[in-house]
Amino acid sequence: MTQAEKELRFQEKIDREIKIEPNDWMPDEYRQTLVRQISQHAHSEVVGMLPEGNWITRAPNLRRKAVLLAKVQDEAGHGLYLYSAVETLGTSREQTIDDLHSGKAKYSSIFNYPALTWADIGTIGWLVDGAAIMNQVALCRTSYGPYARAMVKICKEESFHQRQGYESLIKLCNGTPQQKAMAQDAMNRFWWPALMMFGPSDAESTHSDQSIKWKIKRFTNDELRQSFVDATVPQAEILGLTIPDSNLKWNEERGHYDFSEIDWNEFWQVVKGNGPCNKERLAARVKAKEEGAWVREAASAFAKKRAMKKSA
Amino acid sequence: MMEQSALFEYVLRMSDDSLILAQRLGEWCGHGPILEEDIALTNISLDLIGQAISLYDLAADLEGKGRNHDQLAYMRYEQEYKNVLLVEQPNGDFAMTMLRQFFFDAFRLPLYEALMQSPVEQLAAIAAKSVKETRYHLKHSSEWVIRMGDGTDESHKRAQDAIDHLWRYTHELFYVDAIDHALLADGKIPNMETIQAKWMTTVTSILQEATLEIPKNNWKFEGGREGRHSEHMGYLLADLQYMQRAYPNMEW
Amino acid sequence: MSTIEWPLWEVFIRSKQGLNHKHVGSLRAPDATLALENARDVYTRRSEGISIWVVESAHIHATDIDDAASFFEPSDTKIYRHPTFYEVPDGVKHM
Repeated sequence: MTQAEKELRFQEKIDREIKIEPNDWMPDEYRQTLVRQISQHAHSEVVGMLPEGNWITRAPNLRRKAVLLAKVQDEAGHGLYLYSAVETLGTSREQTIDDLHSGKAKYSSIFNYPALTWADIGTIGWLVDGAAIMNQVALCRTSYGPYARAMVKICKEESFHQRQGYESLIKLCNGTPQQKAMAQDAMNRFWWPALMMFGPSDAESTHSDQSIKWKIKRFTNDELRQSFVDATVPQAEILGLTIPDSNLKWNEERGHYDFSEIDWNEFWQVVKGNGPCNKERLAARVKAKEEGAWVREAASAFAKKRAMKKSA
Repeated sequence: MMEQSALFEYVLRMSDDSLILAQRLGEWCGHGPILEEDIALTNISLDLIGQAISLYDLAADLEGKGRNHDQLAYMRYEQEYKNVLLVEQPNGDFAMTMLRQFFFDAFRLPLYEALMQSPVEQLAAIAAKSVKETRYHLKHSSEWVIRMGDGTDESHKRAQDAIDHLWRYTHELFYVDAIDHALLADGKIPNMETIQAKWMTTVTSILQEATLEIPKNNWKFEGGREGRHSEHMGYLLADLQYMQRAYPNMEW
Repeated sequence: MSTIEWPLWEVFIRSKQGLNHKHVGSLRAPDATLALENARDVYTRRSEGISIWVVESAHIHATDIDDAASFFEPSDTKIYRHPTFYEVPDGVKHM
């Protein structure tokens, strides 16, 4: 079969909604796109543990402490599911993580913003996980089998993440004026970064067309961003929080909310590494890996010794 | 009434052990040596928070002053916390954390097993639930002690260093005073000497398998059970209590 | 930059008595004991299982994708293996 015929057959499978599995033939570019996207997603889960992890020791009561711990723990699990999906494409977890640490691979920029107050924890659950879920639900039907299966598992577990965040904000918004102000302040800081999570606008996005054709992505960045705004505005109203955008209003004709243009300059600056916490986040991950090296080596050495004893 | 307050104090000591160790383990979240172990440490922390909540609830009941588990966990002064010094010691490296965990688990398991027979029903019920969790914790921490001890030269040294450092805090796990004597006389709690003997058996056999040694230096530190803590405790509480102290009387 | 990487393990979970162990994913572990413990923490946090199997991924043998046609298609034409191949008069019961 020629390369062109193989590609044709591959696209036919995609069009007929047949999932692609690890050993199937796939175009190199499809594989590369997946490795890039899934590992970026995996890194986001793991780096995403850091801003929230900061608050585990300071959670205001035991229930919130347990919930936050369980949530951040889930994120480690999600990172692990996704690294496993990358491994089915022939790239080891070690390699994938090295690419993150060398700065070659990216992760979601949202985690380069600091978590400054307890309200940020609720807001991250509500807005950041809310935006992530918007993306992830769409990915449950992605064309690559292992990725789709990982996403199904992740979506199932994520559903509590957004709810716990919203519930925590309800407490603040129905609490003292000081608590309400804390929630509004968090909203002001996280709204725009949350909208940026959907990535560059469709006009600017380099990978979008091909990814849609291959059904890696089912919706464009702008479509998902719009769905998120439409879903979130009424939730903010119930909380009594103001969305920091004076142009935000319902457009009867479109059947959607209109909103202001994102500050793309800020977006690209943070992507390039100039966000408030880029350095700290990466440094924390590198440190964990380096300081854990002797632990991983010890366990490997022990396993080898025991195996030798057994065969001796 | 006397006995009620002795029981309150006894349960409070257990609650504080669980809480403070959970707090320490929570610091690992996001920083573990590998993702799988990050999840494992967090699981142990979550079990301990669950145990702390049940134990504080019982303590609050016994006290009868209308305090709830959060008030007990968050709103006391340093000297009012009665955990052993061992659990408040900083995480250090993975060896320090795992050895601290191992010494504690090896103590907690026989304690819970014995408390399942306690005539104090609520305490027996908490012990019955916690014993399963603790048995798993001890299995996990033992596995790691063995792997570190019998792994590489570096891991062996780190594990031995951790033992040499932490050994001085292990004696306090078996601290007894008038409170314990009163409750023991009533048959409410097990004899600490039995627990200590079981602890020693576990520790000896695991350390032996791990090719690690029990230190000869038998210097002993204590004070936690009476509210005299190490310098680390203040910082730990500053984090733990931050929200409750900075924003008093609010619900979260 | 790379250090020793732990082997990859495939995880199978029995969700309840009476059901098969089902593949749920993979993880890294230095040996079987820790693979089981890791699997417990990673894959059964929400009461998903009552029994776990782990198999080192390297020990799994799979059919070759290029052989798929000769492996599996020949059975497609053996429709007489399926009960629907046979006609039974209306009114015949319990069959």
